Amino acid sequence: MNIIALATVRSQVAQPDIFGEYSWIFNLLFYIIFVVFIFYGQRIQMYVMLREVEGSLYKLKYIKDKGRRIAIETIKEIGKPQTDPAARVDRFLEYFTIAPQSLDPAGVVWKLEHILDVRDTRFKDEVKLMAPSADETQTNNLENTLEAAMALNYIYKVVRHYYLLGKRTLSLYIIMQLQMILPLVMREAEAYASALKAFAYGQPIGDGVGALVAAKLMYGHEKRKIPKDCVVATVPIEGRTAYVVKAEGPGGNVGKPGDAIKTVIEENEGKIANIIMIDAALKLEGEEVGEVAEGVGAAIGGPGVDQFKIEESILKYRIPINAVIIKEDIGDAVSPMRKEIFDAVDKAIERIKQVILERTKEGDKIIITGVGNTIGIGQ
Amino acid sequence: MSKTSSSASTKISSFVLVIIFVTLAFSFAALALAVYAYPEHPDFAMYLIVIGFFAASMAAYMLLQMRRRLLRLRIELPPITTTIECRKCGFKSVREFQRGDYIFKEVEPCQKCNEKMLITAIYREVKEKPKESFPF
Repeated sequence: MNIIALATVRSQVAQPDIFGEYSWIFNLLFYIIFVVFIFYGQRIQMYVMLREVEGSLYKLKYIKDKGRRIAIETIKEIGKPQTDPAARVDRFLEYFTIAPQSLDPAGVVWKLEHILDVRDTRFKDEVKLMAPSADETQTNNLENTLEAAMALNYIYKVVRHYYLLGKRTLSLYIIMQLQMILPLVMREAEAYASALKAFAYGQPIGDGVGALVAAKLMYGHEKRKIPKDCVVATVPIEGRTAYVVKAEGPGGNVGKPGDAIKTVIEENEGKIANIIMIDAALKLEGEEVGEVAEGVGAAIGGPGVDQFKIEESILKYRIPINAVIIKEDIGDAVSPMRKEIFDAVDKAIERIKQVILERTKEGDKIIITGVGNTIGIGQ
Repeated sequence: MSKTSSSASTKISSFVLVIIFVTLAFSFAALALAVYAYPEHPDFAMYLIVIGFFAASMAAYMLLQMRRRLLRLRIELPPITTTIECRKCGFKSVREFQRGDYIFKEVEPCQKCNEKMLITAIYREVKEKPKESFPF
């Protein structure tokens, strides 16, 4: 009984009549909030998500506009056009490519190659019209800059499309999907944003690490051009004759390693003991940037045309193919080359030499191909 | 795509700013009033304090959110370093990247042996944040 009395007294002491007179306001407020959340909880959640997407959309718009501005400024600076290139750049940013029909997949690779060739020629012509004073290297760099600006423009438009669609239809599922995928989209957009400056200034990017390995191997040896937009040098390595292939630099260029490898194989009538391809590869979270790994197969990205051609050529003469990859994430691949990636070049060369010693005999002929965008990398 | 579109994306709505500052002013007024009202109407003063703090914290949160949005819009580009080496005497110099630099480009003669120097490296150094320790 004493305890009950004490509790009563304590409650009276601890809670003076502060909330007594107006406590009904709090009660009413609580019930209103409760009812509102029962009926409008999902809608409130949706508005919170929309706000989050809106914030990212602001950033995407800022990045996209910055990309356009950098592209126009670079064209004006390098190309010295007589008219304002802004309108032409805006038209270029809306450019699209229609992939070939693949209902009947036979021969689709050649159709795709043709479409990509047409696109490439059209892009180069457009850039030359925009920047008449630019040399070949600068034209390639400008083309890459415009492509990065184009990618940013496209990302912004797609995100805006789903944002507006979600807002208009008030569909939680559209907004939710967009909000869930947004961190990855933003990462890619930020990577392209840092790529813009790299392309505009002609700085080497992470994707060019394969080309850098090949450049280091061929430096000081005689080079010759081979189709398309590639160079090859004959380099003696560990008693073997290595044909080192890379895209022709230092302009932003990936060349056509498929055609280049085919040419070298045909020149040697298929007498190639081994092919080693070096390329940058996307790392998984938790892996270190610049980690070197080894495997088999054609290490080459892109739309698949070059990989197809390489596989066709090696199948014809039954040539073994090895791959050395240097790991990096998407942001590192398109932004200026990180020191860790640059340092991985020597490790990759050591690994190549190891493969040569283990997989070929003295006097053999081999092909070493460095794949990737050779921007900022000479030979 | 207009030229002003980039500034539009970074612009803060003046209407929202006015509302934030008005809320902030009211919240401070409520807190000041609470101090005066406390001796005679302590319960009323308590409500004013609760409302004042709530409004002030909301306004501060909104201002911080705006600042964060502006900071998020900045894209920081780390400096790019160019390493130049003399193949003959091994003299090495490091400078900031200049437009036109590329790896294996021959540049100015060496200060020591007058041989043409070569750009041997162009890269950026990223200062990584200390990694979270995880057992995997």
